[in-house]
Amino acid sequence: MNSEKNEREPLFSFKNRKLLLNPLNKDNPITVQVLGICSALAVTAKLEPAFVMALSVIAVLAISNVIISLLRNGIPPRIRIIVQLVVIASLVILVDQFLKAFVFDVSKQLSVFVGLIITNCIIMGRLEAFAMSNKPWPAFLDGMGNAFGYGWILIVVAFFRELLGSGTIWGYPVFDKLGLYDVGYKNNGFMILPPMALIIVGIIIWIQRSRNKDLIEEK
Amino acid sequence: MYSNKYIFIYSSIMVIIVAAILSTAAMLLKPFQDRNIAVEKMRGILSSANIESTTNDAIKLYDKYIKEEIVINTSGEIVSNYENGSFTKGDIRAFDIDLKKELYNKSKKLNYILPLLVCEKDGKKTFIIPLYGKGLWGPIWGYFALSDDYNKVVGVTFAHKSETPGLGAEIDTKPFQEQFIGKQIFDDKGDFTSIKVVKGGIDLIPENLRKHGVDAISGGTITSNSVSDMLNDCLENYLPYIKKQK
Repeated sequence: MNSEKNEREPLFSFKNRKLLLNPLNKDNPITVQVLGICSALAVTAKLEPAFVMALSVIAVLAISNVIISLLRNGIPPRIRIIVQLVVIASLVILVDQFLKAFVFDVSKQLSVFVGLIITNCIIMGRLEAFAMSNKPWPAFLDGMGNAFGYGWILIVVAFFRELLGSGTIWGYPVFDKLGLYDVGYKNNGFMILPPMALIIVGIIIWIQRSRNKDLIEEK
Repeated sequence: MYSNKYIFIYSSIMVIIVAAILSTAAMLLKPFQDRNIAVEKMRGILSSANIESTTNDAIKLYDKYIKEEIVINTSGEIVSNYENGSFTKGDIRAFDIDLKKELYNKSKKLNYILPLLVCEKDGKKTFIIPLYGKGLWGPIWGYFALSDDYNKVVGVTFAHKSETPGLGAEIDTKPFQEQFIGKQIFDDKGDFTSIKVVKGGIDLIPENLRKHGVDAISGGTITSNSVSDMLNDCLENYLPYIKKQK
């Protein structure tokens, strides 16, 4: 209702800032809403694919939020889910084509997971819950916020998995240069496997909840 | 309320716009994607001859080491030869041959041509034979490098579209491929014996056959058998040519 009022609000009003910043922490799609977990497990064994995946989701979510928000008054409610899916799917195909053309190696590592952005619940969730009933600018901020919220978790998880699992950061052999292998350190192969991503996400949730008491459910 | 007519027109226009955008993007990006695929192919070829390359230097290394690209026909005659960047005979580059199409022609008993790449490193020649076959879920392919006696294996690479991760997909890993190094494709009498991927391991087969076998992947039996079939089907095509060279 409020958003339909004809008053001008500054681009980064308190409300808009909240749209952008809340998903980074209090409303984080992964750690609080527990959405998009599947891809968070699959693409986080190394930093580079995780980073590219995060960028892809940012592009897809921000743009599709804006498009749906622009179209929101013309979309017939009966086929709105189909329209949303068409928008998401075309953007994902575009992203996939771009990756194949310009970062082929990464696109091979991400393989099916780029295509699976289509089914990422975060994206449809935001389109249905936010973009369908808000103006383009807030929708854009909401998309960016949620995608960043997804992205930073991905990158933190990938950082620890790559460092402890392969001893590298972005392919640079840190542990080797530090000489840790000479004193008997061994890479933890378990970190490469998907279950460790889940455990790291769990640890992030634990830290987040212990710092932010609002998130703890009442018994 | 929106009428049915509105919904139909809305969705038709939407689909047409989306189709136009996607096909334009696909057309514009095609040259870049094709280049990436070619680089990928070069890396596979180089890697079978045990030359490590990266995406950036693959083209340079390919030009440096792959001296000749030979195209041969079914009776083993050279149809086309592309040497050091120019044709000395014919006009087909072995690199551009679509092996899938040629093998299809073979199965239809039509004429077909075969690519053979000659790699020269440190004065030693290696003959690289491209492979293509059926896996469990999709195509598998690879490159098979033979030493200059046309018998000993210098190295192989395999790749696959969609084999089962952890099982059949292991064919593209180093440990599986390294088993092939030093194996032979002709037996002591000089008869062609393709390399078999042996279920249960090569310890199960007679001693004299072990130089023609490698261990299969546990849980990846169908993919392993596919590799055996692919090797046999692709290598046997080259027998007329190899006989002429010996």
